Amino acid sequence: MSEAIIKMAKLETGITGFDLVAKGGLPKGRTTLVTGTAGSGKTVFASQFLAEGIRKAGEAGVFVTFEETPKDIRKNVASLGWDIEGWEAEDQWTFVDASPQTQAETVVVGAYDLGALLARLEHAVHRTNAKRVAMDSLGAIFSRFDDDAKIRMELLRISAALKEMGVTSVMTAERNREYGNITRYGIEEFVADNVIILRNVLDNEKRRRTVEILKFRGTDHQKGEYPFTILPEDGFIVVPLSAIQLKQKSSNVRVTSGNEVLDKMCGGGFFRDSVILVSGATGTGKTLLVTQFIAGGAQNGERSLLFAFEESREQLFRNAQGWGVDFQKWEKEGKLKVVCEYPEVRGLEDQLLKMKEIIQEFKPNRVAVDSLSALERVATIRGFREFVISLTSFIKHGEVMGLFTNTTPTLVGGTSVTEAHISTLTDSIILLRYVEMYGEMQRGLTVLKMRGSQHDKDIRSFSIDGNGMHIGKPFRNVAGILAGQPTQVTPDEISRLSGMFQEPRSM
Amino acid sequence: MAKYHFKLYIVGQTLRSQNAIANIQYICRHQLDGDYNLAIIDILEQPQIAEENKILATPTLVKEQPPPMRRVIGDLSESKKVLIGLGLKPKQVQASTHHNSHQTETDGEENGGIEHE
Repeated sequence: MSEAIIKMAKLETGITGFDLVAKGGLPKGRTTLVTGTAGSGKTVFASQFLAEGIRKAGEAGVFVTFEETPKDIRKNVASLGWDIEGWEAEDQWTFVDASPQTQAETVVVGAYDLGALLARLEHAVHRTNAKRVAMDSLGAIFSRFDDDAKIRMELLRISAALKEMGVTSVMTAERNREYGNITRYGIEEFVADNVIILRNVLDNEKRRRTVEILKFRGTDHQKGEYPFTILPEDGFIVVPLSAIQLKQKSSNVRVTSGNEVLDKMCGGGFFRDSVILVSGATGTGKTLLVTQFIAGGAQNGERSLLFAFEESREQLFRNAQGWGVDFQKWEKEGKLKVVCEYPEVRGLEDQLLKMKEIIQEFKPNRVAVDSLSALERVATIRGFREFVISLTSFIKHGEVMGLFTNTTPTLVGGTSVTEAHISTLTDSIILLRYVEMYGEMQRGLTVLKMRGSQHDKDIRSFSIDGNGMHIGKPFRNVAGILAGQPTQVTPDEISRLSGMFQEPRSM
Repeated sequence: MAKYHFKLYIVGQTLRSQNAIANIQYICRHQLDGDYNLAIIDILEQPQIAEENKILATPTLVKEQPPPMRRVIGDLSESKKVLIGLGLKPKQVQASTHHNSHQTETDGEENGGIEHE
């Protein structure tokens, strides 16, 4: 097995993230079938395969188009910022136009083959010394000729000729359903040892694009579906989530959370590269914690980045002012950047890429997301989980400290989907809870988890005033706060319970 | 100048190419009074012309004159179908009165291919 893997060389496609999923790229000198439903991104994949070859590897490419005219393709990819016409002038990109001709009716009389197409393709490859070939999309040619078996045979012949020429090629083909037959005309059985499936699934009213490598004969690849997106400037981008390795270093350096008492509860502050989740119902003080987190950083000369998905800029700045924190000043000094947006503005995959881009640009020491659960609205459960994994690992990779907030759906106690998905991914969890006592709402805070460190296990009450958060004494005589049903316990009961665990003196 | 202008695209001198050439020549001689001009283009030698005219399948016969332009794909083994495909009328009446022997020959060709040349 390992021998076969070494023998089969891969060609780096240059498509962002894809080579990671494909463990190096497409099998070199072979044909790979890319299949998907209408609008799944096949043409973009095929044309980007050529474009990246030209841009990154200096390899010429030939594009055989069966469906759209070269004119349409040039126009369509112009939005991706590629100058196909310029490449054509330099013989880097060559079209073989096999699109339907409207002016000439065609009648079939007697035996024929696709020798003309093959001869044109071979000519184009040899003339420009092309290394990559894209054929898009095979379904269109089946609808033009009536003999499916014949066309399959001809495609097999073309595929064999491509192998002979030593070019790496991508063929695209339509499929009818997202989960079902691989292609409409059974092309995969004939043409390709390698099959990639692009999906564009509607799930809970949300579109989710994924790429899956179904098979690479004789060589290794990542399994399963990986989300991807198509962006105006960058084109096809695969978001390789599970492919990300857990190799970040971990730091023992502690930094302040922005609140002295909370630092003490955490055993001396947060770790410099940890990710902290703050969970609580609306109004429990999550945004305040975020504000203090940023303030703590700014006072130590650190740079902070805040992604706010729930409140406007004005609201945030005003709130901060109310707690004696001046965001405006820090933003002027370049210590702070606030990005406010509605989560609905873009899909989650695009959101992730945008956030990564901003993080890379601003290079903060601290990143806060308020709130993560707002993003849950625009994604499927799986998509959201992948988003959190990817963002978390990206933040950790850059040795940046992250603080995410999560809004719980119920006022007292309770967990949320977000929590269930991301609690294992974060290093520390801080819970903020309402506690009803004697007909009065109080707030409670506890450090639930602190990876790699001792921490205070108490649930402490805290109050909020013009100077921010004041963490007070632990709740005594109360049980069931986290369960959302606080009940008073008499002192007798407490001493009786603790007595149960005392070793008898006489023994 | 000839009345009919044809281009026949082939790939190499295969049996199929030769059949197509023989068939179109036969049709031209017997159905179009020999008033034709036939250019044979081997795509292996002149790929650029095939590229410009976007030829996919071979053999492909293109009628360039008189308009409208028509294309027929295949080895052209059935005269009647070829003529219809080209938008031309088969010489039914004449064939039955004056060229009876040819008509039978054409029928034979439809079943068995192009042995006549």
